[in-house]
Amino acid sequence: MSTIALKVNGRSHAVDVDPTTPLLYVLSDDLALRGPKFGCGLGQCGACTVIIGARAVRSCITAVGTLNGAEVTTLEGLGTPQAPHPIQRAFIDEQAAQCGFCLSGVILTAKAFLDGQPRASDAEIQRALSSVLCRCFAHTRMLRAIKRYARERRA
Amino acid sequence: MSGTPSRRVFLKRSGALIVSFGSSALVERLALAQGPFGTRMSHVDPRQLDSWVAVNADGSVTARTGKCELGQGIYTAQLQLIAEELSVPLARVKLIECDTDVTPDQGTTSGSQSTPTNFNQRNLAQAAATAREHLIGLASQRLGLPASELEAVDGVVRSKADDAKRVGYGELVAGRRLNVPLSATARRKAPGEWTVLGKPVPRVDLAELATGQFEFVHNVRVPGMLHGRVVRPQEPGATVAAVDESSLRGLQGVVKVVVRRSFVGVVAEKPWQAVRAVGQLRVTWAKGAGLPPQDDFYNHLRRQPARDALLVDSRDVDDTLARAAQVVKATYVHPYQMHGSVGTSCAVADVSGDKATVWSATQSAYPTRSGIALLLGLPADNVRVVFVRGSGCYGINGADTVSYDAALLSHAVGRPVRVQLNRQDEMAWENYGSAYVIDQRVGLDGTGRITTWDYEAWSPTLGGRPGYDRPGNVVTGWTAGYEPLSVTPARATGSARSFNNGSNAAPSYVTGCTGGACGGAGTVRSERVLTHAVPSPFFTGPLRSPSRLQNTFAHECLMDEVAALVKADPIAYRLRHLKDQRLMEVLRAAAKAAGWEARPSPGPDSRRRAGVVRGRGCACVIYEGDNGHVAIVAEVEVNRTSGRIGAKRLIVAQDCGPISNPEGMRHQIEGGALQGLSRALGEEVTWDDRRVTSVDWQTYHSLPLGFDVPVVESVLIDRPGVEAAGAGETAITVVAAAVGNALFDATGVRIREVPFTPERIKAALSTRG
Repeated sequence: MSTIALKVNGRSHAVDVDPTTPLLYVLSDDLALRGPKFGCGLGQCGACTVIIGARAVRSCITAVGTLNGAEVTTLEGLGTPQAPHPIQRAFIDEQAAQCGFCLSGVILTAKAFLDGQPRASDAEIQRALSSVLCRCFAHTRMLRAIKRYARERRA
Repeated sequence: MSGTPSRRVFLKRSGALIVSFGSSALVERLALAQGPFGTRMSHVDPRQLDSWVAVNADGSVTARTGKCELGQGIYTAQLQLIAEELSVPLARVKLIECDTDVTPDQGTTSGSQSTPTNFNQRNLAQAAATAREHLIGLASQRLGLPASELEAVDGVVRSKADDAKRVGYGELVAGRRLNVPLSATARRKAPGEWTVLGKPVPRVDLAELATGQFEFVHNVRVPGMLHGRVVRPQEPGATVAAVDESSLRGLQGVVKVVVRRSFVGVVAEKPWQAVRAVGQLRVTWAKGAGLPPQDDFYNHLRRQPARDALLVDSRDVDDTLARAAQVVKATYVHPYQMHGSVGTSCAVADVSGDKATVWSATQSAYPTRSGIALLLGLPADNVRVVFVRGSGCYGINGADTVSYDAALLSHAVGRPVRVQLNRQDEMAWENYGSAYVIDQRVGLDGTGRITTWDYEAWSPTLGGRPGYDRPGNVVTGWTAGYEPLSVTPARATGSARSFNNGSNAAPSYVTGCTGGACGGAGTVRSERVLTHAVPSPFFTGPLRSPSRLQNTFAHECLMDEVAALVKADPIAYRLRHLKDQRLMEVLRAAAKAAGWEARPSPGPDSRRRAGVVRGRGCACVIYEGDNGHVAIVAEVEVNRTSGRIGAKRLIVAQDCGPISNPEGMRHQIEGGALQGLSRALGEEVTWDDRRVTSVDWQTYHSLPLGFDVPVVESVLIDRPGVEAAGAGETAITVVAAAVGNALFDATGVRIREVPFTPERIKAALSTRG
């Protein structure tokens, strides 16, 4: 066990864990966050995505011991139901989810990508989402919401 | 809308009843197909209004339902129903879903049955209508006015003539029980009067979902909770020979190793400790019998002992085929596919003394309660199952089995335990949608009209939904010592007494004449539909559009083959053989929206031998024979060099009776169409000689968010005045067929096996040259 310092959604935490523990387990168990989800534990689906610095990171395969001092943003760190982040607003307005389990992967991957490349083409956006899964296949609405956010972001 | 139960309702109700008392072949089939749907007696009496609806002192309404939200939008739709019938604002309705302590037993949320069950004249809709009538009656007494002069608006009953004479629901009931039975005569509002139901009300849960605040079952935390993980058998049929607990020596946080026959699990203080422990635990397995080779599996199925059923038999097909001007014969095959929920299954159980509470994403709260009671040796009344939403399931994913896991582990340690499966166990051990082999022969007369349709199919089956008394139907129950339902071989002794096309085994084009009545949607009189259920090496169970999708793939592709043979336009040719007006209407509507050009297939691009070629195809069906009419047109592009196929447009026309929420219906069409595309293009369970090899997202191929997503266009046909049908499984049923037909239209090559992988397409194109 060792003590790891993390800043999550703006709040500082010191967690005492086995440093091999994946970040996801710390977020959902020790910090009781609901945004990041366990989907595969293999970095293949995206459900566990968080943003560290400016990058979308798969927290299920990221050992917490490698992150001392890192700043982590989860889906609930972007906005609230009362004051959603613009990309969350776009998802709500487009009704872009069915079960909603995959949304951390979809929203945070798209946000991190567009923050880095605000002028990305539709094809580039699509490519950025090539390893994110939604098994309800709400794809059409999700892509609509992401493109809407991209447009609004540029405006 | 009539109060007489439809054939479907009657059959499904009888199925639900018989399931608990017997095990005739019919029952087995129904239970295997979907599990029980109907509303049953429990300690919550479904005949009493108080079981469904409570009017609170503040005038808000709390409703209770046995049909739960799985991502399909039924939560919001049921809020709309209650708000509409009770005339209260949507925001003043609270809905409790599937909690065995308080909600009526409505069996399983599945089979596109929630709308037929709760949105027609029975159950939740009837309760809501009864409540409005009752409130008006109470107000009539209070205000001293005849009920006919009163109306219910916005949570208030008022005089139609004098707005000042009014009383609020809260004041009328003051939080008391209503103490009246459901009224068979309570009048539901006509669709023309609807102000909330039938409208595109947005999903009420989207904001919490999009901001990561929604509580899934995965987020349930109970004080004192421990974390369990399970060790599934190494391969199908394997049993535990020995478990060496000393292999965990030195690991931190391990609370207990739990072994019950071949059920093995570890409970630890923290989840990562449990994950590491099951990875390190040394378990010796006695091997299973091995698996039949996958490359010969479809032939293997034909050789198995079978339980036969004859849905319809005009007893003349061999004669009419012998006399036919032409006969078209073809075999279609479909692989096992999986639910593959994006989140692995999870449950939390708290078993303490002789009581248990389980938080579960099961579609079947009451049946799961009974299964857990059996596993733990407790009376069912001592077990409470509380539904908490999970990752979208599309049928029986791991939600039931993981609920059993959590209950067994909590029982063993006497503390609450949370269990989440790992990806490999989720995929290797779920109840797959069944594989199919379908032989068909179609006879034509000299004018090119179909005279005979002969269908014979083999599909493997093992286990299924556990229902109330078969925990062995899923892997945990089986490892704990319970037997799964398996095939008892039997010959068919004649055709069914009445035509029930619940599995869509019969094509839309036959008359379905049996027992003195004709229940089919078509005109072909010489007909035979024979099915063989055979043993499966893997657990099987309902996967969105179970059997219906596989059968429709075979029927609708063969129909296309026949149309091509006689050089007829595929839509016109279908219409020539149909008599069901609603089916014909959706087919015409899809063609019109697609801008369908009437011509035979294959199309002009099929003459090209290189580059990217385009084609279009159609398909249609009445889901389950009477539960939603749907037609689709698919436009595809095929790269002849790479063998890759992509859809450009999917146009779906659908008639499911009166629409509860058009946005919800569009959502289901879009998701169904694209999930159907993923299943048609890439999804296939694979195995080697001992075990399943498609155990993650690199080995089981789901179309990701970044694939070249086609445009999906929905044409909704709203039909007030008929029974409401389900809309969750209609669109997906027709996709593989339409894509296969479009592939033929583009290339002139017919592929009779899904998925349409690049390798398969390239091989087929090169064979044809």
